[in-house]
Amino acid sequence: MNQTIYDEHRNALPGPDDITRVKLPNGITVLARSNFNSPTLSIKGYLPSGSLFDPDEKLGLGYLTANGLMTGTAQYDFQSLYNEIESVGARLGFSSGTLTTSFSAHCLSEDLNLMLDLIAGSLRSPVFPEKEFNRQKTQMLTGLAIRAQDTASMAALLFDKIVYAGHPYERPEEGYVETVQSIEREDLIHFYERTFGPEGLTIAIVGAVDPDTTVAAVKATLGDWTNEDQETLPELTFLKSIQKTTKKALSIPGKSQADIVMGCQAPERLSPDYFPLRIGNNILGEFGMMGRLGQRVREEAGLAYYAYSSLNSSLGPGAWEMIAGINPRNINQTIALITEEIRRFVTEPVSEEELSDSKSNFLGRMPLLLESNGGVAVSLLNIERFELGLDYFLQYPQLIQAVTADKILRTSQKYLDPDRLAIAIAGP
Amino acid sequence: MTDKTQFHTLSNGLSVHLKEIHTAPIISSWVWYKVGSRNEFRGKTGISHWVEHMQFKGTEKYPAGYLDREISRVGGIWNAMTYLDWTTYFETLPAHIFDLSLSLESDRMVNSKFNTQEVELERMVIISEREGNENQPHFLLGEAVQSAAFSKHPYRYEVIGLKEDLESITCDDLVQHYWHYYHPGNAVVAIAGDFDAESMLEKVESLYGDLPKGEEPDVTVPVEASMESEKRVNVTGPGQTSYVQIAYRAPSASNLDFFALTVLDSLLTGPSSLNMFGSGGTSNKTSRLYRALVEGEISVSCYGALQATHDPYLYSINLTVHPSHTPEKVLNAVDDEVKRVLDSPVTADEIARAIKQAKALFAYSSENISNQAFWLGYTDMFADYDWFENYVNHLARVTSDDVLRIARSYLTPDNRVVGFYTPEES
Repeated sequence: MNQTIYDEHRNALPGPDDITRVKLPNGITVLARSNFNSPTLSIKGYLPSGSLFDPDEKLGLGYLTANGLMTGTAQYDFQSLYNEIESVGARLGFSSGTLTTSFSAHCLSEDLNLMLDLIAGSLRSPVFPEKEFNRQKTQMLTGLAIRAQDTASMAALLFDKIVYAGHPYERPEEGYVETVQSIEREDLIHFYERTFGPEGLTIAIVGAVDPDTTVAAVKATLGDWTNEDQETLPELTFLKSIQKTTKKALSIPGKSQADIVMGCQAPERLSPDYFPLRIGNNILGEFGMMGRLGQRVREEAGLAYYAYSSLNSSLGPGAWEMIAGINPRNINQTIALITEEIRRFVTEPVSEEELSDSKSNFLGRMPLLLESNGGVAVSLLNIERFELGLDYFLQYPQLIQAVTADKILRTSQKYLDPDRLAIAIAGP
Repeated sequence: MTDKTQFHTLSNGLSVHLKEIHTAPIISSWVWYKVGSRNEFRGKTGISHWVEHMQFKGTEKYPAGYLDREISRVGGIWNAMTYLDWTTYFETLPAHIFDLSLSLESDRMVNSKFNTQEVELERMVIISEREGNENQPHFLLGEAVQSAAFSKHPYRYEVIGLKEDLESITCDDLVQHYWHYYHPGNAVVAIAGDFDAESMLEKVESLYGDLPKGEEPDVTVPVEASMESEKRVNVTGPGQTSYVQIAYRAPSASNLDFFALTVLDSLLTGPSSLNMFGSGGTSNKTSRLYRALVEGEISVSCYGALQATHDPYLYSINLTVHPSHTPEKVLNAVDDEVKRVLDSPVTADEIARAIKQAKALFAYSSENISNQAFWLGYTDMFADYDWFENYVNHLARVTSDDVLRIARSYLTPDNRVVGFYTPEES
């Protein structure tokens, strides 16, 4: 394994010596790291508001609320707010998931205060103007119409329905046409008032500014924000395991290609099973040209332009997905090939060579992943969100090294069963 | 060590561009070949892209899979892309393992294997790639518009090629294409990152220096006459959403008009980065078309696309039609906005803003070593590196008169193809 590469680059990786972490009295956590190699800044953050709060009949509410944050604030109307951002060539956007609403900004370092001012204004005083709300809603409905024609998106949606059946994660954050149609402006205001606040807000700022300046700027813009009505996220319900292979197919007439998503449930990010599965997934469908799946489905059978796997683990249950885009006449053959690879994966241990290659990949790619300010900012947020510790990158080699072929096999067997798969297909 | 970019030409014609950047222990290397869909003709469309795929099938020295493994083992990334004027291959690797990239690229410049069985498998993969594209209304509309915009020039074909050509191209065709365009005289090696330029040049010379120069490729590309009148294309397909693409014939990147059109595009549809690797970009909510069409609820989105190309290509405005309006209404609204540019001069403030935006987008692209190496070779495919270095200066020289002149010259109905995608149901 390529421990040497990692050791050589260790000083360039974020660690306790160069990450500043400050918790403000109102519950906001600030993470900062300087990088003066280019005159830019990445600002990223999240707070615990998301579609988990959405009632079933108004699914998409959290998503629409996040979209509405920048449509007007107490200080700026839509045009003046974007004029501030676009005039300096910066970017700022909000988006919503199931558990979090996130924001991401990129700007020149000289515009730190401006961007924080705009972020704070959007978070603290959105007014959701009626006209903008109606426009956003139409845009969202058009987005849903486009989604309905996208084979990859629809296969992913169907897969979630199977793998997360009965759990909140089975619901798409964007909702459905009928649920979005039922959302009114007052719903956004109410949703905002009860789910947005400083508690649990985390912000990471990386780039050409010293950490003291960063922390002071966050304090000045968000330090006095309070919301006594801010609710905590509801508890996640228990997810039932899949008892037998379940296949669902959706016909989207007129399309040339079909998409398949198949797989199983997976553990949460903090589970001890995470690293064995993370490396196992790399071998199965990621390493090099999409791992074993890419080799079998694309290189040897020529069936697909893409065939890969992905392990999605966060808070609560996750999913392990095998994905391929194929000609509709090859659906059964592709499912059979992937199932064979899954069967092999849970029957035989991976080879020592594969394991060594994969571990080496995980260590060697760190300098590249953390090359940009945005990459570092994402890592800092993950460290905070999953309580990995500021020395996470220093501990990282040990976590990787501890994985063995036997652990991968035993852990994979807990989750991946070729006779109990979720299989979703969308195509013509 | 030097901060300057170095330019060398080896005796076999290979251009070598080197830039030391010592911010991270990483080196990114790009090999650019002057071949893309511009060099194709009916019957062989898509062949440049297919050759690119075959370059991953191995050589005698490095069998298929070997390099994928070696590069992945060190956490590096590698990939390739084919476009209108060029094909490029890149590796971004930890600095200490970088020699592998030089060895691999110099080897596959002349020693790639073309096995009939591999070619047949790749035919299926590429057709699958095309079918994935065909799932997208934007692709179907863009392909029809491109085809209508040119009658002779190969820019009329999508890079991936026509399906019938993908079904008929042979292994021999691929080999011929490879031999014709893959040699030092038709390539640029661009390397940026954590190295000493002098010793890097020695390494490049030792690996590439003995490769045969190769014959200058015959690149007689048909010249396209001006358009005489507006063309319309209508595409129907699945879905509930309509799309409009308005494609004007545009100047080549080396024409100074390109910079004034860049400013005009920035005003109309928002600033776009020419950068191909993310890093930056801004939104377009304050652009004239967004305000008039999206805020006016005639379309739900709009964006512009101006490509830096060797020959005159297209400047397109792309819109998703609002569900309560028609494509024709969207076209009329765009025309009204273009007319506004013609009727009332663009202010110096608007131009100054476009320049500031362009500068910011350039700053973002310098964050990333892969991007810097990309720029080091990319501009040679349609101009030279000066084009990149002077990009912001050229934009800064654009005046409101230039913008008016460009709008008058290029954004006229006679110079465009209008494409509508409408759902089959309607």
